[in-house]
Amino acid sequence: MATQAHKLDELISQNYQHGFYTFVETDTVPCGLSEGVIRMISVMKDEPEFMREWRLKAYRHWLTMSEPHWATVKHPPIDYQDIAYYSAPRSQKGGPKTLDEVDPELLRTYEKLGVPLQERALLAGVAVDAVFDSVSVATTFKQKLGELGIIFCSFSEAVREHPDLVQQYLGTVVPYTDNFFATLNSAVFSDGSFCYIPPGVRCPMELSTYFRINAQKTGQFERTLIIADEGAYVSYLEGCTAPMRDENQLHAAVVELIALEGAQIKYSTVQNWYPGDKEGKGGIYNFVTKRGDCRGARSKISWTQVETGSAITWKYPSVILRGDHSVGEFFSVALTNHYQQADTGTKMTHIGRYTKSTILSKGISAGHGQNAYRGLVKVAKSAIGARNYSQCDSLLLGDKCAAHTFPYIEVKNPTARVEHEASTSRIGEDQLFYCQSRGISAEDAVSMIVNGFCREVFKELPMEFEVEAQKLLGVSLEGSIG
Amino acid sequence: MLEIRNLHATVDDKPILRGINLTVKAGEVHAIMGPNGSGKSTLAHVLAGRDRYIVTDGEVRYDALNLLDMPPEERARAGIFLAFQYPVEIPGVSNVYLLKAALNAIRKHRGEPALDAMDFLALVKDKLKLMGMDPSLLYRSVNEGFSGGEKKRNEILQMAVLEPRLAILDETDSGLDIDALKIVANGIETMRSPERAIVLVTHYQRLLNYIVPDQVHVMAQGRIVMSGGRELALELESRGYAWIETQAATQAEAAP
Repeated sequence: MATQAHKLDELISQNYQHGFYTFVETDTVPCGLSEGVIRMISVMKDEPEFMREWRLKAYRHWLTMSEPHWATVKHPPIDYQDIAYYSAPRSQKGGPKTLDEVDPELLRTYEKLGVPLQERALLAGVAVDAVFDSVSVATTFKQKLGELGIIFCSFSEAVREHPDLVQQYLGTVVPYTDNFFATLNSAVFSDGSFCYIPPGVRCPMELSTYFRINAQKTGQFERTLIIADEGAYVSYLEGCTAPMRDENQLHAAVVELIALEGAQIKYSTVQNWYPGDKEGKGGIYNFVTKRGDCRGARSKISWTQVETGSAITWKYPSVILRGDHSVGEFFSVALTNHYQQADTGTKMTHIGRYTKSTILSKGISAGHGQNAYRGLVKVAKSAIGARNYSQCDSLLLGDKCAAHTFPYIEVKNPTARVEHEASTSRIGEDQLFYCQSRGISAEDAVSMIVNGFCREVFKELPMEFEVEAQKLLGVSLEGSIG
Repeated sequence: MLEIRNLHATVDDKPILRGINLTVKAGEVHAIMGPNGSGKSTLAHVLAGRDRYIVTDGEVRYDALNLLDMPPEERARAGIFLAFQYPVEIPGVSNVYLLKAALNAIRKHRGEPALDAMDFLALVKDKLKLMGMDPSLLYRSVNEGFSGGEKKRNEILQMAVLEPRLAILDETDSGLDIDALKIVANGIETMRSPERAIVLVTHYQRLLNYIVPDQVHVMAQGRIVMSGGRELALELESRGYAWIETQAATQAEAAP
């Protein structure tokens, strides 16, 4: 608790508290992309043949694609030859076998971020996989999870130790041909997390990945693959930060979730990549493909995201509702302040019978922030009795920001029921004055009102994250009222 | 405690207050009455610091403080409380959360330690009983889905918890049935103390049957046109506001 309070003070005193850089020696491949570079990454990671071939197929396909520009975001052209596609702390070579072998400098970095891999994990009962630039540095609680047959490790390790599982599921939700950024990721992805929950097992703790971009001019391309076998349950958390830098950095991740019959996956993200400064300089371009596949009957996948960071956010965590009676959920809070841009939403594809989806999106724009909700609800001919409920609310602070809502609905089955509600409101002068007249400062009042606006989404987060998300929102809004 | 001198205020360039003079001492209860549009609510909001209203002239002293220089939250922390005629809804923020944040902000200002959750709840539950309110209201969003009567009671509950030195109640009696009125009046009456002043803004006399004011002021066209004791309120009730309007018009002509 003491560290929590301490952390809050830090949060309040600084605009972006994760903006430090850790001095570690790195092995970084030269900037640029070619078949050679991809082979080099694959060799460095000691990958089996199938993996290398998959990467090369993706790369060749990527060469035929062009960058998408349909989102309501603006950025200067990205020079894909000016990015280093792999960077690893030198001391990590060979990979640490236990936490004791992890470079102390890296452990200190994670401690600074509030992710002490050992203590925090023990206290909170959260198993953490931490990804630093391109490689996974440590996974805690591996043994305890292993006793239940749960596999939770870095992606590289999964490729080496469990190639059958990887080969069976990789790319089955997000194929390597999916979209420009996902295809790029498929070619160059460096590391990420892998998780497999065996049939009937309820994972006893929250699993967590913590992503950190450290090195300059590197992109981070991680890949997460989670499989919940029949009747299994897992709750997964993802957090992210990066140093403050003037130039933009690219983050193009892919997350694939697979829920077999009766399985349930709950995936929560608190995204706090460096958003750039007040003038809009620097920050992370967060172009991410996240998709879940409810492959079995009565399976369920829930996405909960709190997006406060990044200069540009482009992501649509989606669910394919293939199994009969399967359920997809999307709960989102996206906040844009200063010159941040967000184009985010979800896709719910109903294929199975009596499938159900819920979308709850809360967008908050402040400063010159641009916030767009883009969602697609698609009901296939086969989806008898499908149901969807969508609610998109936007809150505006000030008069230089904007909110956009783009709901797309495609229904091919007459028995389907699709509901959509949307609202846009401004923080009321009345609400602000009411709080102030009770002794609460304007800044605290805004934070309170915004948190209230997001309440329905926050309550979907695991408890520890809920507190974090509320604080983060308060900090991200700093300076948003004049 | 409160000294208002020649206060002028406008909203959207329209003059609403046109030279208010009023002195309120600690321990006193003042009633401000008057017809709709006479400026009563504007006066209440100007005292609380609403920035929609522009003060164009005059001054307001609260103890040694120049009230008009202070933002609303500082006024609240210095002990001023405004009970709203139309309490505001804040979706997703629980009543108890707002109340605790408010109390602790005020305590911090006074140099007192923040109350922890247990002590705070004990305090609030006491006051809830006084207002005849259901504890479940604490955990609902601020004023959201409250009935008119619940909203008004909630305002008095906040006042009882925050214990202001100067309470300004803007038409707290309007829209209340007779039972609710009694409870609200009783809540206000228990707040009466030698250290505290209460200003009741009201359209009707009936609240004053329960809370007997020390002074009654009648406003019309942005000025206090008549002041007196309790009997003035009764006279207003029998004669209506029309004769006051005439009075105000005459005074306006006489004014330089």
